[in-house]
Amino acid sequence: MAAKHVNPTRMELTRLKKKRITAIRGHKLLKDKRDELMRQYLDLVRENMEVRKKVEAGILSVNKNFVIAKAGMSEAALNTALMAPKQEVSLDTGEKNVMSVDIPTFEYKTRTADENDIYSYGFAFTSGDLDGAVKSLADILPAMIRLAECEKACQLMAAEIEKTRRRVNALEHVIIPETEENIKYITMKLDENERSTQIRLMKVKDMMLEEAHHYSEK
Amino acid sequence: MYKIAVIGDYDSIYGFATLGLSICPVKTREEARDKFKQLAESDYGIIYITEAAAAELEDEIERYREKTLPAVIRIPGVSGNTGAGVEGVRKTVEQAVGSDILFGGVS
Repeated sequence: MAAKHVNPTRMELTRLKKKRITAIRGHKLLKDKRDELMRQYLDLVRENMEVRKKVEAGILSVNKNFVIAKAGMSEAALNTALMAPKQEVSLDTGEKNVMSVDIPTFEYKTRTADENDIYSYGFAFTSGDLDGAVKSLADILPAMIRLAECEKACQLMAAEIEKTRRRVNALEHVIIPETEENIKYITMKLDENERSTQIRLMKVKDMMLEEAHHYSEK
Repeated sequence: MYKIAVIGDYDSIYGFATLGLSICPVKTREEARDKFKQLAESDYGIIYITEAAAAELEDEIERYREKTLPAVIRIPGVSGNTGAGVEGVRKTVEQAVGSDILFGGVS
């Protein structure tokens, strides 16, 4: 099936042959890229799931702690205690290139180095449960940052893998077979033309010999 | 230098303020949408959003899925875990592999 019309010329044939070579090389490269991406992605996504489960379990217990803390003191007191945060987190982002996918890396810095600065209140008017709750929340922050890193990387890589897979499939199932079909068509056509020229020449030669020597009359 | 934000209902997120994350308590869907848009366009590197709030603005989140920053991460709120976060991971596996081969989900 030659879907679209191709000119059966030698020039077209050379062009198509070049195209086929490029397509095959591209296909091989993209396939390698896809396989490597997939390998790294599977490692990453496993980690992602693990970290996520950890973070979700962590947040669940943190919420429990906060509910208990809240029960032990008045709402107004709690709000006042948490009103002015002492600590501040800033995020340094880098970029890591994994198989031509730019994935972000996060590194967080707290404004002050003292880890006790998370308690933004005096201890006199708050319940001890609140301290515990805040501490447990601070403990899962590194995991949460890691989760963000992992999950973003997974999303970006999944998109890239999908794209690459489509390209590989398009090359493998459409472009390469189509080019080969066209090459075959042109080769056949050229061969056919050559045979028909040959026959024509033989015929002409016969006719000319006939004219010169009048074989049939002898 | 980027910052980290948390979006959700007040009860789920007020604790994060002590760590120095910016908290954005939202009540209604429109509020959440506006806030999210605003945060995503400014210098926030990570936006944590409670699953309940995330469910309301799925389309907005989808838009930032293929951008390097910000990372939009679902976290469970105080009302419990809906499994949307795990579902999101599963979805990326499906997108990459074609079917969920890792976590044996029913799709």
